[in-house]
Amino acid sequence: MAENIKLEDIIKEENKVFIKTPLLTDNELSYCPGCGHGVAHRITMEVIEEMGIMEDTIGIAPVGCSVLAYEFMNIDMQQAAHGRAPAVATGLKRVYPNKYVFTYQGDGDLAAIGTAETIHACNRGENITIIFINNGIYGMTGGQMAPTTLPGMKTSTSPYGRTQELAGHPLKMTEIVATLPGVRFVARHAVDTPARVRKAKKAIRKAFENQNDNKGVSFIEIVSNCNSGWKMTPRKSNEWMVENMFPYYPLGVLKDE
Amino acid sequence: MSEIRLMKGNEAIGEAAILCGADAYYAYPITPQSEIVEYLTLQQPEKRTGMVVLQAESEVASINMVYGAAAGGKRSFTTSSSPGMSLMQEGLSYIAGAELPCVVVNVVRGGPGLGTIQPSQADYFQTVKGGGHGDYKLITLAPASVQEMADFVPLAFELAFKYRNPAMILTDGVIGQMMEKVQFPEQTPRLTDEEITEKYPWATFGRKGGRERNIITSLNLKSELQEQFNIKLQAKYREVEKNEVRYEKIQCDDAEYLFVAYGSSARTCQKTIELARAEGIKVGLLRPITLYPYPYKAIDDMTSQVKGILSVEMSAGQMVEDVRLAVNGKVKVEHYGRMGGMVSSPGEILEALKTKIIEG
Ligand SMILES: Cc1ncc(C[n+]2csc(CCOP(=O)(O)OP(=O)(O)O)c2C)c(N)n1
Ligand code: SF4
Repeated sequence: MAENIKLEDIIKEENKVFIKTPLLTDNELSYCPGCGHGVAHRITMEVIEEMGIMEDTIGIAPVGCSVLAYEFMNIDMQQAAHGRAPAVATGLKRVYPNKYVFTYQGDGDLAAIGTAETIHACNRGENITIIFINNGIYGMTGGQMAPTTLPGMKTSTSPYGRTQELAGHPLKMTEIVATLPGVRFVARHAVDTPARVRKAKKAIRKAFENQNDNKGVSFIEIVSNCNSGWKMTPRKSNEWMVENMFPYYPLGVLKDE
Repeated sequence: MSEIRLMKGNEAIGEAAILCGADAYYAYPITPQSEIVEYLTLQQPEKRTGMVVLQAESEVASINMVYGAAAGGKRSFTTSSSPGMSLMQEGLSYIAGAELPCVVVNVVRGGPGLGTIQPSQADYFQTVKGGGHGDYKLITLAPASVQEMADFVPLAFELAFKYRNPAMILTDGVIGQMMEKVQFPEQTPRLTDEEITEKYPWATFGRKGGRERNIITSLNLKSELQEQFNIKLQAKYREVEKNEVRYEKIQCDDAEYLFVAYGSSARTCQKTIELARAEGIKVGLLRPITLYPYPYKAIDDMTSQVKGILSVEMSAGQMVEDVRLAVNGKVKVEHYGRMGGMVSSPGEILEALKTKIIEG
C-alpha cells in the first residue's frame, strides 16, 4: 500500500502547513545551517508580500554574510559598500519618497564601519526601515570581534576573550538610536523560537507600515546567532544567545511614537 | 538661451544642474567648493523643479547617497574638493563597478593632506588613473571658463547615462571662484518616474508590473564572472575612448612650440601665447577638454610640426606623463607648474618655455 502513495497525493492544498513566499527566490541560501539570517530574510519578505508592496519596495543589502541578500530577496535590491547602506537608502528614499526602502545590515556593518551613516540617517529622521542583525561577531570574514562582541567572548581577533581595557564595551546601537528624535519606532527581537519569530515579524510589519506616514526611522534589531563564528552547534548557539546575549541586549520595544 | 549673467564658476555649476533637470544633489561643504552647496540650498530647487538638495554628514555619505539615487535611475550628483574627493574614492569605485551614472565635481585645492584652500591641479592622477580600487575609469571633463562649468554639467549627465558610468568635472579653485559672463539654456524638465521606467530598465525602484527583479551590485564571488565583467567594462572604456575625446587647439597652425594645458592653466597659457608671439616665438596651445579619454592622438599629431612641448599644470607634473606617452620620445617634453596653491604667471610660463624647451 505505502509504496503506491505519491508525493502529489500528500501535498494537497488542504495538507499544506507552510508555503514559501514567492518573494524568496529558489536560490540556495549561502547561510550556514542554523543561522538566524535565513529566518530574518523570510519574515521580512513575508511582510512585503502580505502588505502587497512588492512593486514599490527596494532593499539595500550590506557587506557581511547578508551581502548576497539580493540573491534571495525577490524584489529590487541594491548592494551598498560596507556600512553605507543608510546613506544609500537616504539617497534613494529622497528621490522616491513614496516607495518603501529598507536596509538589512549586520553589526559590523551598522555599528562599526557604518556608525556615522547610521546615526545621521536616524538623526535626520529618514523615512526608512532599518533591520539590524546583531550576532556579536563578524560572520562573513571568519569570526572576528565586532563592536557588539560580549565581554570575555572569544573571537579570532580576541582569542583570549574581549577585554574592556583593550576593546571597550559592547556597543548598544539600538539604545543609542532610540534617543534620537528622528527615530519613531525601535524594537529588539530574536528569531530563535516560533513565538519570538511571530513577534519579530509583527515588529517588521509595523516598521514598514510606518513608512506610510513619514514620521522617521523605524529600527528593528534582531539579536541572532552565528553558530559558525561562535564555533557552536546551532542548538548550542541559540542556548548561548539566550543565556548571554539577551541579558546584555534585552528584547522588547524601546520606543514607539 | 537665457540672458547673459555674471556668476562665479561654482554657482554656474549649481544653476546648470537645476536647469538640466537634475533630480538630487548630496554634498558636504569644503573650500573652495562651498558656494555650490550654498547656492543650491539658497535657490531651493525643490520649489523650482522638485530637485532634492541635502547636506550630508560627510563625503563618504554624500557619494553613497548619490549611489542610491543613481541606482534608482535618477540624475544625481555631488561636489567636493580634494580632501573630500579622497573620501569618495570607495564610493566612486562601487559606482563604477555597479555601472551607475552620476556626476561628480572636484574643485581641486592644493595638497597633500589638508594642504591649502588655494587652487591646484594635483588631483589629476587620482581622477584619471584610478583613485579608488580596481580597474575603472571616470569620464573626465575639464572646464576652462565659467561658461564651460555651466555647459559641462548637462554634458556630464549625458555621457554618464550614455555609458552608465560616473562622469567627473575636474576643475580648480580659480575657475570655481572667478566671476565671468555665462549664458544658460532653458529649463529642461526632470524626467517623470514613468519616463525613468521606460528609459532605464535596469534601475531599482520596485518591480513595477511584476517584472523580474533588478539588482544593482558590484559583487561577483566567481572570478570567472568577475573577469567577464571586467572585460565588458574595458570594452565600454574602449568605446568611450573612440567616441568622446574632446580638445581645443589654439594658434596651432603655425606653431613651432606647443603648450599642453587644461582648465585654468590653459587660460594662463593663452595669455602667455600673446606675450611669446609679441617676441616672435610661435607657440600654440592644445587644451584637453576630456582628461579621460585623453587626446593622445591629437598631441601625437602635433609632433611632426613642433620642436618641443611644455606641459603646464599646477602640480609637480602629473599630466606630463600622458603627454610623454602621446609623444613617445619624438620631441622634447617638459613640465612646468607651481604647487601648493600657487598659480603660475604668464611671464613665468614664458620663461619656462624658453629655458626648458627652446634653449634647453
Ligand atoms: C571597507 C571594507 N572593510 C572591510 C571589509 C571586510 N568585511 C566584510 S564583511 C565584514 C564584517 C561583517 O560583519 P557583520 O556586519 O557583523 O555581518 P555578519 O557577517 O556577521 O552577518 C568585514 C569586516 C569590507 N568588505 N570592506
Ligand atoms: S558565518 Fe555566522 S552569520 Fe554568517 S551565515 Fe554562518 S552562522 Fe550565519
